[in-house]
Amino acid sequence: MSKKNIQSENASRNIPIITEEDVNEALPTYKPDALVACHKLRKYFPIHGGLLGRKIADVKAVDEITFQIRQGETHALVGESGSGKTTAAKTLIRLYDATSGDIFLRNFKTQAMDNITHARGANLRALRSEMQIVFQDPSGSLNPRIPVGDIIEEPLVVHGVKSRKERLERVVNIMEIVGLRAEYLKRYSHEFSGGQRQRIGIARALVLNPKFIVCDEAVSALDVSIQSQIINLLQDLQGKFNLTYLFIAHDLAVVRHMSDTIGVMYLGRLVESAPNDVLFNKPSHPYTQALLNAVPVPDPTIDRNKAIIMGDIPSPINPPSGCRFRTRCPKVMDICKEVSPPTKEIEPDHFIACHLF
Amino acid sequence: MALLEVKNLHTYFHTMDGLTKSVEGVSFSVDKGVTLGLVGESGCGKSVTSLSIMQLLACPPGEIHQGEILFQGDDLLKKTPDQMRRIRGNDISMIFQEPMTSLNPVFTVGNQIMEVLMIHKGMTEHEAKEKTISLFQDVGIPDPARRVDNYPHQMSGGMRQRVMIAMGLACDPKLLIADEPTTALDVTIQAQVLQLMRDIKKKTNTSIILITHNLAVVAEMADFIAVMYYGRLVEYAEVRDLYGNPKHPYTHGLLNSIPRVDKPKTAEALPAIPGVVPNPYNAPSGCKFHPRCKYAQRKCVDEEPPYVLLPGSDSHYCRCWFPVQD
Repeated sequence: MSKKNIQSENASRNIPIITEEDVNEALPTYKPDALVACHKLRKYFPIHGGLLGRKIADVKAVDEITFQIRQGETHALVGESGSGKTTAAKTLIRLYDATSGDIFLRNFKTQAMDNITHARGANLRALRSEMQIVFQDPSGSLNPRIPVGDIIEEPLVVHGVKSRKERLERVVNIMEIVGLRAEYLKRYSHEFSGGQRQRIGIARALVLNPKFIVCDEAVSALDVSIQSQIINLLQDLQGKFNLTYLFIAHDLAVVRHMSDTIGVMYLGRLVESAPNDVLFNKPSHPYTQALLNAVPVPDPTIDRNKAIIMGDIPSPINPPSGCRFRTRCPKVMDICKEVSPPTKEIEPDHFIACHLF
Repeated sequence: MALLEVKNLHTYFHTMDGLTKSVEGVSFSVDKGVTLGLVGESGCGKSVTSLSIMQLLACPPGEIHQGEILFQGDDLLKKTPDQMRRIRGNDISMIFQEPMTSLNPVFTVGNQIMEVLMIHKGMTEHEAKEKTISLFQDVGIPDPARRVDNYPHQMSGGMRQRVMIAMGLACDPKLLIADEPTTALDVTIQAQVLQLMRDIKKKTNTSIILITHNLAVVAEMADFIAVMYYGRLVEYAEVRDLYGNPKHPYTHGLLNSIPRVDKPKTAEALPAIPGVVPNPYNAPSGCKFHPRCKYAQRKCVDEEPPYVLLPGSDSHYCRCWFPVQD
């Protein structure tokens, strides 16, 4: 499985292509080596209530987020629970339909960025083989009644690999790559440890040679000594297959180690995004600063008197007016209540949505 | 005299699949006003150790096979269930990981704390309610007079954990056992709860046993740290000593393998510890860590090392034939 192989195989996609010009207009700053991008992406979940079950409100899980990920890089989404990280990722890979906004994915045949927001039917199925997801809870996402060999094989069946022999070859091959022995083929998921189950989840995601993988808290449920093994495996695979990751995690230490660029989410909005070293060395948004301040450090000699932000994340059904962080922000101003801050690029690749900038 | 002294504790479980020796030969002590961090991976026996102290294990299948648990000099294992009930929640109390499952959903949170006060302190309902409101104030719950009438589902995760802490503190316990108190919380809320626990300790001088798998959380909270592996203590030291000078290859490996938020990204792979924790029904010979240890030698396979004080130290214990040299 070489890089070239992956690209040629996935290039069979047949989707209405929008021209380079359209893309440039829709997404002014998109990069020539971007693989995935989204533009003003929104995902609202309706809440039904009352006697007639009419829609009474929306949960604004993801509200106008724009970002792009370069090929072969890892973009991390961080934020507290309920900030919309997972919804953003699932919308991006078309597991949810976007409420509005656009999603783009590079087509290696034409080199153009295809707008995949409304892909349907066979086109959507073809896309699925290019975008895969690894879930947090390895035991919850593996069927306990099916041997792991069949679990890993299933995507190949769905995507029309006809020859049984070829399917088996590919399953065994991918199992070896993620560090599972081929004799485990017939075992069931409960016979494995947490770390091995996560390897199965990774093998299942990789078997179709995708180029984009969402890791949704993929290492969060693992024990400390196993977590570092899986982090190493993910990085290893990225180098080997030129994979692009969207890495969702709440552990900022893992994010710092794994990612090239980072987006910080708060209540469905992207409040800051920047390259790794910029974000960690020079966090600019008050929320990013608060988040970094709150991370415990495994070093007893450092100063423990840190500024801690108070309060909880508000409900996404009825978010605060203006800037959504204003209720907890230590630097809140009058304007924050009135106007939602626009996103500005304060230096190359460093975006921030805050009235202070 | 130490407030709590655990001596050579063995806790076993008789399960359908055989005997599991969850805790084997654990000894440690906690002095007044001290926070002990008990760390280890899932299944290492840290929670079973704390449940043994509280005697909250289901017996059978659990069994405290051997050992002594001295609390203020009295062996808790010799107490009757009735005597134990008077100690639990009063002298020793516990905070659990998941506040949603450890609070009763059909009673208000105020009610559940008042119950503790009325049983242990003999307060009237009115006194108990007053005390509960002041406890809520202490743990930083806004609008406490109204919040006492809330049901658990009406509160956020961080607020529920504050309720659990208020309940744990209701009777001014001498020892507070906190089992993964912040694991289910977001990082900003975790920071708030940890700050609260530090403030409370400063104010009341309560001893705390903090059980966690998070090496960063204990570094911020604990005075001493005990590391467990496969039912055994493998290392015990003063916190700065443990992080600055880890002696057991397991501790050393763990500290090296975790990604650090305060260190820039490097291209190198994390120095991960290979392998997995051995199966509880099929213990390896000798040192239980030897199959994963890069320093393992013949002696480690043949003989289990004793848990001993390291030469030249007065508080650094280690269970290893060949402690890591720096």
